[in-house]
Order: sequence, then C-alpha cells, then structure tokens
Amino acid sequence: MARDRSPAELVGAAPDTAFEITFDGRPITALPGQSVAAALWAAGILAWRTTRAGGRPRGAFCGIGHCFDCLATVNGQPNRRACLVPAHPGDTVTTQEGHGHDELAV
Amino acid sequence: MTSSPSDEPEYDLAVIGAGAAGLAGAVTAAELGLSVALLDTAAHPGGQFYRHPAPALGATRPEALHHDWSTFDELRRRLADSDARYLAGHHVWTVVRTEPRRDRWEVHAATGADGNGERPVRVRARAVLLATGAYERQLPFPGWTLPGVVGAGGAQAMLKSGLVLPGRRVVVAGSGPLLLAVAASLATAGARVPAVVEASGYLGYARHPRALAADVHKLAEAAVHGTALLRHRVRLRTRSAVTQVHGADRVEAVTVSRLDRDWRPVPGTGRRIACDALAVGHGLVPQLELATGLGCATRRTQDGTSALDLDADQQTSVPGIWAAGETGGVGGVRLACVEGELAGVAIAARLRERPALTAGGRVRALRRRRDRMRAFAAVMAAAHAPGPGWSRWLDDATDVCRCEEVTAGRIREAVTDYGARDARTVKLLTRAGMGWCQGRMCGTAVACLVGEGQGAQLPPSPERRPLAVPVRLEMLAALAETAARENPPSKAPQPPG
Repeated sequence: MARDRSPAELVGAAPDTAFEITFDGRPITALPGQSVAAALWAAGILAWRTTRAGGRPRGAFCGIGHCFDCLATVNGQPNRRACLVPAHPGDTVTTQEGHGHDELAV
Repeated sequence: MTSSPSDEPEYDLAVIGAGAAGLAGAVTAAELGLSVALLDTAAHPGGQFYRHPAPALGATRPEALHHDWSTFDELRRRLADSDARYLAGHHVWTVVRTEPRRDRWEVHAATGADGNGERPVRVRARAVLLATGAYERQLPFPGWTLPGVVGAGGAQAMLKSGLVLPGRRVVVAGSGPLLLAVAASLATAGARVPAVVEASGYLGYARHPRALAADVHKLAEAAVHGTALLRHRVRLRTRSAVTQVHGADRVEAVTVSRLDRDWRPVPGTGRRIACDALAVGHGLVPQLELATGLGCATRRTQDGTSALDLDADQQTSVPGIWAAGETGGVGGVRLACVEGELAGVAIAARLRERPALTAGGRVRALRRRRDRMRAFAAVMAAAHAPGPGWSRWLDDATDVCRCEEVTAGRIREAVTDYGARDARTVKLLTRAGMGWCQGRMCGTAVACLVGEGQGAQLPPSPERRPLAVPVRLEMLAALAETAARENPPSKAPQPPG
C-alpha cells in the first residue's frame, strides 16, 4: 500500500512560515502564496457563501476567477473572489450572505 | 472623486494574456525589436496550463504537475531577458480604437489580484495580440451546485497554484482530453480517483488516423496520462455521465449512468459511487469577449463553440488585432506556443515594414506545424462534442444559471409558454446568464435548452458584451472624464438641417 502523498510533497514544497487567518471566527492555517480559497480547501472548508435567492451554500467552482461562485467577505469587504485573492496573516474571512451588502437593505 | 487612468507609454504591441500563446508572442515580438507590453490577470506568468505555486510556497519540483515545463522555463527566461514590460495583476476590460487617430488601440485594465484595486490603467499600442485563452464548458446536472462539485479545470488550477485538493476521493467526469490530465494530477497528488467518467467514446479518434499520426506528441501525452491512471488503479468509464450528485450540504456520492449515442441516459443503468468531491467539465470555450467587442469575425468549431476567424498569419478580421492560442479554437499548449511565435513574427513584419520576416523558413515551418496541430484539434473537438440528448439528464428543479439560480424548468417554461426562441430572450425573461459570471457557466446549457424546445440544437452564438470583466463604476466615470479632457468638443453641436 502506497503511503498517502500530499500535493506539497509531490512538488517538494518548502514554504515560508505558515500563518493564521480566521473563517467565521475559527482559526485556520494558511501558507504564504495560497489564495483564500486554497487555504479554506486545505482546512476542509468547501463553502463560504450563501446564495441570494435560495440561501444555498457555495464555494470555489471554476478556480480561475470566472464563475464568481467563490465570493467571500474578506476583512469586511464583500464580493471578493476567494480563488484570486491571496491570503495574508490575520485576514478575517466570513461567509458572505446573499449580495453581501445587508447594510444597504431598507 | 475619481482617479484618472495611469498611462503607460505607447507601445508597438500590447499582448493580452501571459499564458503560452501570449508569452511566445511577446518574447518573439520583443526579440524582433518591437516595444511590447504584456498584460495578465495573474500575479505570475503562465496562464492556466503553466499555472504554478507562488514563489513563497517554495516548490522545488514544480514540473511534477506539468508536461513540457522546460518550454515554460525557456519562455520565462526569454521574457526576463527581453525589454517587454510585463504587467501582472491587470484585468483588461475593454480594447478600443483611440480617437481621433484611429490607427492606435487603447487597452483598459483594472488592477489587483481580483481587479478590485484602485488604479485603472490605460495602455496604448499600435497592434494588439489577444491571447486570452479559454475557460471550461459546463453542462449542468442535478446536484451540480453542491459544495464539493468543482470544475475539472478548477480542481487542476487550485492544485497547481495552491497545492490543495477538493477532497480525498474525487470522481472526475465530463468530456474531453483534459479529464485524463486532471485525474492523473489528482491521483499523483494523493487523491483517490475512483473513476473517470467520459461521456464520449474514444472511437471518434480512430476515424481520423492521419490527423492522429500527424501529432505524435499528443498521443504520447495521452499515453503518459494513461500510464498514471493505471498505476493509481483509476477506472475509465466511457459513454457515461454523472446524472445526480448526492449529499445535503456537500458531496457524499454521485450516480453514474450509461449514455446512448446521443448522450441520453439509459434508464436503469445508474450506479452509485461514494466520493467527497466531483471534478467536472466538458471541454473548453475560447474566451472572446474582447475580440467580439471589437467586431472580430468568429467561426463555429467542431464542438459547437465559437472561435476567432484568423488569417494565415494569425490576424483577426479587424486589421491591427491579432490572436493566438485557444482564442482561435481550443488546441492545447504546444499549438498556442507555435501560434504566439507566428503572430509575433507577423506583427513585427507589419509594424517594422519588413515583409521579408514572414517569407523565411521559420514562418513556413511554424505555419506547417500550426496547420497539423489545428487538424488534430478539430478531430479532438468532434470526438467530444456534446450529444444532443444531454439535457435529458436535467430535471426541472436543476439550477442551470448558478448566479441567478434559474432552474431548467423556468428556462423550458420561457421557451414553451412564453415563446422565447433564443438565449437572449430567455435571459430577459428569466435572468439566466445575467449574473456575475455573465453567462460563462450557463451559456451553452441555456442555448441547448432553447434549441430543445424547437426540435433543434442551436449552438450558442458568441457573446457580445461591452465589458469583458466586471468594472467598478468609478473606473468608468474616470474614463469618461479623461475622454472629455483629451477630446474636447471642437465646436458646439450644429442644429440639424
């Protein structure tokens, strides 16, 4: 039985020091150079948005910035494409509900 | 308060896209003496195929996830050695002619990782090379919006750049040669891949032995993927499709059904496969928004997508606008390199008024290689073209438009009850294709569902959209202010008559 192999082992990755970001208040570990979406996937998190009409969970789909399914609220700013935005130490990522602009509701 | 676009100096050539085609075009043109700006959305060159981990991830063997890494290394070295100006993090949203001089082009870009930056940029150039690549074609199915269902190309992209996997047991499904590459990458990187589910057979290839023999490299690549799949005991199931995803809030299993020759699911053949992710895609669609916005002519490819109609030297129907790689029809990375180089030489010949540049053996050889690979690409596209029966695996409750959450039932209703005869009318009635992604994910499906109602399959027509990517309003405002400043009305408008 072959031992489990990770993508990092495959490419011989020796990353700079890992850091912490939070997702809905929960600390998760990110590697420098990873996108917010990659850090979330690495933590086993696949959904970080709920849809505007059905309130259904969504996360990264196309992975290259085209589908806008991975929109997240990053450091209070909604509608950031998590698959494109790099993670930075201390980032607070929160689940984006609907269009992310609840404060505009009347 | 708006900020005016920051201006770059004028260049001979603006290349849009730093994938294989754009890189090859930019370095070739620069080496032939042109001043070149190379604009790309990502933080590092490479595009989708040569997408790779950021330097901070310290990958010592990035080539483990790629074929032909040495080709990219060489292009990257030539870029560094050249005078070409590489503009990373530039999301081009439109290309227009300059006014009043109409022999120049203005390329407008938003900056930042996701185009959210403050600084709009304008690049002026005498010629433009569009090397904007392609995105994945999706055909919806029940459950495809569940977290854990990701694009096959998306899974590959996240793996190549972020070194992450969507799950531990990943089914790979859809159609097209990319599936084998994705399955091989995922398995090599440690995921279990219980099955690769391909809707076509592979018999389509066998009918064109000459085109196959002319592109031995592609066959060798398929053999490499095949060997990897055998080593990881991945089963290839052809003439089958995922027709249902199971799970409450994330993927727990998929149902795979046999398809008839028209891609209709055969009743009673469904078989459940446990998995925690599904990577799915049905080939690639050329990314043409900038080109169609400029009025460049398109052609229909063998698998129903639209691609740019190009002359023998890669120029579009709009003089001064050139294209290379997937924009001219999906054909892979080696074809992109050849076309980029060819375009680079041809643009240099035109702008430097040295027609002899395109008369030599280099250009003859490039044209020959391009034509051979284009022939192979056509066979590939035909072999994986979606069958007309695929929409039978949709139930009325399936979301077709992911952004606006428009179901297949509502689209069918727009066609049968409200008389919609084209995708545009369906969009106006239902909002399908009106959301963030601008119809990139649902465009094919909506067009097919419209055709279904008329007893015919209408391939989608190329989208014409004034803005290629979402743009902040303040950026548009800044543009209007700049235009007013640079081209003040010379006199008051004359009354008619």
